[in-house]
Amino acid sequence: MADHVIHGNYVDFYDEKGPRKGILAWILSTDHKRIGLMYLIALTTFFCIGATIGVLMRLEMLGQGRTIMGPQTYNSLFTLHGLIMIFLFVIPGIPAVFGNFFLPIMLGAKDVAFPRLNLLSWWLYITGGIFAVLSLFLAGGPIDTGWTFYVPYSLRTGTDVSWMILAAFILGFSSILTGLNFITTIHRMRAPGMGWFKMPLFAWSIYATAWIQLIATPIVGITLALVAIERIFGVGLFDPTLGGDPILYQHMFWIYSHPAVYIMILPAMGVVSEIIPTFAHRTIFGYKAIAISSLAIAFVGYFVWGHHMFVSGMSDTSRWIFSLFTFLVAIPSAVKVFNWTATLYKGSIDLKAPLLFVLAFIFVFSIGGLSGLVVGALATDVHLTDTYFVVAHFHFVVFGGTGFIFFAALHYWFPKMFGKLYNDNVAKVAISMITLGFLMLYFTFFILGYQGMPRRYYDYLPQYHWEHVFATVGSWVMISGFIVMFVNLFIAFRKGPRAGMNPWGGMTLEWTVPSPPPMENFEEIPVITHGPYDYHAQQEAEQKQEEFNQSAEDEK
Amino acid sequence: MATDGTHNDSHPHIVNYGTYVLIWLALLALTAATVAVAGINFGGVTLWLAILIASAKATLVLNVFMHIKFDDVVFKVFIAIAIMTLLAVFIFTFADYIFR
Repeated sequence: MADHVIHGNYVDFYDEKGPRKGILAWILSTDHKRIGLMYLIALTTFFCIGATIGVLMRLEMLGQGRTIMGPQTYNSLFTLHGLIMIFLFVIPGIPAVFGNFFLPIMLGAKDVAFPRLNLLSWWLYITGGIFAVLSLFLAGGPIDTGWTFYVPYSLRTGTDVSWMILAAFILGFSSILTGLNFITTIHRMRAPGMGWFKMPLFAWSIYATAWIQLIATPIVGITLALVAIERIFGVGLFDPTLGGDPILYQHMFWIYSHPAVYIMILPAMGVVSEIIPTFAHRTIFGYKAIAISSLAIAFVGYFVWGHHMFVSGMSDTSRWIFSLFTFLVAIPSAVKVFNWTATLYKGSIDLKAPLLFVLAFIFVFSIGGLSGLVVGALATDVHLTDTYFVVAHFHFVVFGGTGFIFFAALHYWFPKMFGKLYNDNVAKVAISMITLGFLMLYFTFFILGYQGMPRRYYDYLPQYHWEHVFATVGSWVMISGFIVMFVNLFIAFRKGPRAGMNPWGGMTLEWTVPSPPPMENFEEIPVITHGPYDYHAQQEAEQKQEEFNQSAEDEK
Repeated sequence: MATDGTHNDSHPHIVNYGTYVLIWLALLALTAATVAVAGINFGGVTLWLAILIASAKATLVLNVFMHIKFDDVVFKVFIAIAIMTLLAVFIFTFADYIFR
């Protein structure tokens, strides 16, 4: 930020003079805060591209038959929308941006454990992104397989699948290295006195996520590499005409890609666990239950992948086993939701923009989670598989979950990251528009899906017309909300009033350093003496201070 | 717990070259055993023998070459979790094939 100069007696990390200047001071920086911001720019760009594609798809569905594009273009667009949103936005999402920026500060550390590896992760991410974009312009055209690369179609399509697979492969390495970095940081870099159960819950969620990144991601790397090998050499692993098994591909793909949903949602849950106590001014209810439920979700979530394959020809025994596990994973998820609402109970609630986002999240995520049980049950899934119901469920969980909380986190930590305050009222208007548009768009999908509208079709029967029109109008309302949100944040970034050290009254360590933080975060590494949300201790200390001041005045 | 970002190994250890050479020879011998087993018709046991030999080789590499034997118990737990998870994934995947 150009107007950042020395404030008082410290230099913020934007103005710290390093050995390099200009853009090189950013793209070769190993500072976790700069890397976090570089991820923010890249991710927001990809989000805007993905959202634009989504709006174009909705425009196509405004009328029956061909509206603005043909079926092949539509196939490519829903594939690109999925690939960009999943591999380039929500999977790196919160850990890459806010994990990088805030995890070391929240742990009382000066940086992550392996800063150079962290920079390598960012470069791998950018390289993967470039490969993904390049694949659109190569011979064969943009791929049309859907983001799941299902065989045997992905083996036979004339579009350029191998390049996109290479992109996903490289992005996987970025994810693995970030996970490795965060696990080591959490084990090795916590401030003195910060035991495991004195860690902020965001750190707990990042820890659980990092384990999934580390253990599950290599499997998708291998699987996608096998598809590329099969395409090039015709080995016969997955292609039934060569004796291969397409269901084996689905197993291998979902062994990663279902845990990937938890890579997306767990960090969001961590952010919620930060925002709620701050704006309820209350110690979080059930700290240990929330922390352990993150690990439980990560663990149980690893064994539910088969629920994506109920109608694929899997064995009956496997079907009910995976259905059972799917129902089990709802338990730790519900533990979190109950603890969050219990924290709000009798809290001193300050309804600022980040909390409004969180309340919208709890509403839509609960619908998304419960609709997951509908498709997790074997009998109902047969009816609803491959309909708009699944699309609605997925968007309620991933967009209403991770997407909403990504922007909640941006609003929560914006003053700390940029040292500026945004207009809270405009932010609230934006959130209301986003939520209203979201519900118009995706709740309608539940109804459409229940009525039998299949997903991934560029056309529909006349009886679905008005629902499609309503959903498309919803997409316009939602996008308008996002435009208002981005403009508000941009104005704040350029001209917003200066933010203090702790504008929200937060208790975790990032609120004890200046906004924006200095280069190495802390002048002295703090010593931790109490839990991260100990508002009782703070209130008692304030009360004692008041009593002390009172008695001192009385003595005078 | 280190607070400055550096990890000072609390268990210094030196493995002499003789041990490395011995392990290398053992790995070569086990590789020869794998080849030999593949050439003999043990029926359904062949695959399990190959997996057993491969596991023995992996254990040697992990313990000696990767120094896990000399390190904190937490790293052993991590490796155990990763291996058990992979094992569970195999079991669930192949259970589908068995019951199909």
